[in-house]
Amino acid sequence: MSAVTPKIRLRGVTKAFGPKVVLNGLDLDVWPGESVVVIGGSGTGKSVLIKNIIGLLHPDSGTIEIDGQEVTHMNAREREDVTRKFGMLFQGAALFDSMKIWENVAFGLIQAEGARRRDAKEKAIATLARVGLGPQVGELMPASLSAGMQKRVSLARAIATNPEIIFFDEPTTGIDPIMGSIIDQLIVSSVKDMGATALTITHDMDSARRIADRIAMIFQGRIIWSGAPDEIESSGNPHVKQFINGEAHGPIQMQIRA
Amino acid sequence: MPILAPIGRVTIAFFAVIGRVSIFTGHSISHCVRPPFFPRQILRQCIEVGFYSLPVVGLTAIFTGMVLALQSFTGFSRFSAESAIPQIVVISITRELGPVLAGLMVAGRVGAAMAAEIGTMRVTEQIDALTTLSTNPFKYLVAPRLIAGTIMLPLLVLIADVIGVLGGFVVSVFALNFNPSAYLNNTINFLEPIDVLSGLVKAAAFGFLVTLMGCYHGYSSQGGAQGVGQATTNAVVSASILILLFNYIITSLFFTI
Ligand SMILES: Nc1ncnc2c1ncn2[C@@H]1O[C@H](COP(=O)(O)OP(=O)(O)OP(=O)(O)O)[C@@H](O)[C@H]1O
Ligand SMILES: [Mg+2]
Repeated sequence: MSAVTPKIRLRGVTKAFGPKVVLNGLDLDVWPGESVVVIGGSGTGKSVLIKNIIGLLHPDSGTIEIDGQEVTHMNAREREDVTRKFGMLFQGAALFDSMKIWENVAFGLIQAEGARRRDAKEKAIATLARVGLGPQVGELMPASLSAGMQKRVSLARAIATNPEIIFFDEPTTGIDPIMGSIIDQLIVSSVKDMGATALTITHDMDSARRIADRIAMIFQGRIIWSGAPDEIESSGNPHVKQFINGEAHGPIQMQIRA
Repeated sequence: MPILAPIGRVTIAFFAVIGRVSIFTGHSISHCVRPPFFPRQILRQCIEVGFYSLPVVGLTAIFTGMVLALQSFTGFSRFSAESAIPQIVVISITRELGPVLAGLMVAGRVGAAMAAEIGTMRVTEQIDALTTLSTNPFKYLVAPRLIAGTIMLPLLVLIADVIGVLGGFVVSVFALNFNPSAYLNNTINFLEPIDVLSGLVKAAAFGFLVTLMGCYHGYSSQGGAQGVGQATTNAVVSASILILLFNYIITSLFFTI
C-alpha cells in the first residue's frame, strides 16, 4: 500500500463555524480507483468535509493532499489545476437555472475543456441518456424538472468531463428506488469503467452497500470506523450498529432538544 | 464607557465593510483585465443593461427635459430671461440629470436584478458549482457585468441626452411658443464638448458602481430568500448613495479645478 499515493489524504482536518466545531481532527485516505462511502447522522459535517476537500471551504488546521500534493496552501492557479480533476454532485443539485439542461451538462466541457458547442451538446445528450433522461429533457430549463430529475441532471453534469475524482453528496436522496439503483450502478460503472475515484455521502444503507468498496462513518468530527461493506454488520462498533439499524436509543444522542 | 462601545463597534463594522468592498473591487477589476474572457456573457449583459434599460431611461429623460423647460419658463419669465431655456435644458441634462437619473434608474432595474440573480446563485450553491466546473465566478459572473455596466451606461446617457433635449424642445415649441430653429441654434451653439464629456465620464463611473454593488451584495448574500431580499435592497440603496456621492466628486474634479 505504501508505494501507492492516495488520491485523497486528510490528516487532522479541523473546521469550526464560530464556536461550533464540525470537523475535529479528521483523518481519511481514499485510494486510486476506490469508492468510499461516508455515512453519518444529519448535520455531522459530511457536506462540510467534501467542501473542504474541493476547496470551497478552507480547514482551520490539518492537511489535505490530492495525489500527494498538499492543497490547503496553494495559490489560485495551482488550485484551479487540481479542481480540474474533480466532479461534484451537490446535495441540492445546484443547476444553473438560467441555462437549459443540456447547457448545464455541457458546461464543464465548454468552459473548462474548450469543446465546441455542437460537440459538447452531443456529449451532453449522451450523458443525459446514461442517467435515464431523454434528449427532449435537454431543451428544458431546470425549474421545470422534478427534484429527482434535477439530481440526475446534476449527476450527469458531474461525470460529463470524465473527472478523476468524483464527489457525490447524497446522489439517491429524493429518488425512487428503481432509479436509485440505476444511479448506484452508474456510480459503480464510473469508478470501474472510467477508473475514477469516488467519495460518496449517503444515508441509504442499501445504496452504500452497493457502491462502496469501503464505508467510513463520521461522528463528532472524526471517522470513527471504516471497513468493507460486508464487515459493517459485525463491526462491533456501537455507533455504527445504531446507525445502520436506525435505532433511536444508543450512544448517538440526536439533538432533538435545544 | 457604555456609549463608547457601540460607537466603536459601528466604526469597526464600517471599516470592515469598506475593506471587504475594496478587496472585492480589486479582485473584480483584476479579473476584468486578465483572460480568459467570456464574450458571450459580456454580450448578454450588455443587452440586459443597455438595450432593456432603454425604455425606462428614455421615458425618464423625456419627462425630465419637458418639466425642465416648463419649470425654467415659469421661473425665468419673472425676470424676462425665457431665452435662456434652451441653454438651461441642455446643460442640466448633459451635465447632471442625464447621468444621475439614468444611473438611479439603472440601479433600480439592473443593480437589483443582479443582486437577486447572483444572490440566488450563491444560496443555491450555483456559485460553488461554477468553481467545481473550473470556472472562476469572478470571471464568469462579475467581470462581464462590470464591463457591461461601464460600457453601456455612457451609451444610454448619450441617448438620454438627445431625448431629454428633445423633450425640452417639444414643450418649448408646442406649449411655450418658441421658434424651433432658434431653439435648436441656441442649444447647439451653447453646448460645450466638456458638458457632454463630463456627463459620459459620470455615466461610466455610475455604470461601474451600480453593477459593482449588485455583484458585491449578491455575491456576499447568505441565508436563503430573506438574505437575497436584503442583498437586493442593499445593492439599490448603496448604489444610489454612491452615485450621488461620486456625482459631486466628479463634478468638482471637472468644473472647479
Ligand atoms: N457555511 C456555514 N456556516 C455555518 N455553519 C455551517 C456552514 N455550513 C455548515 N454548517 C454547519 O455545519 C454542520 C454540518 O453541516 P453539513 O452540511 O456538513 O451536514 P451534513 O452532514 O451534510 O448533514 P446532512 O446529512 O443533513 O446533509 C451543521 O451543523 C451546519 O449547521
Ligand atoms: Mg449534507
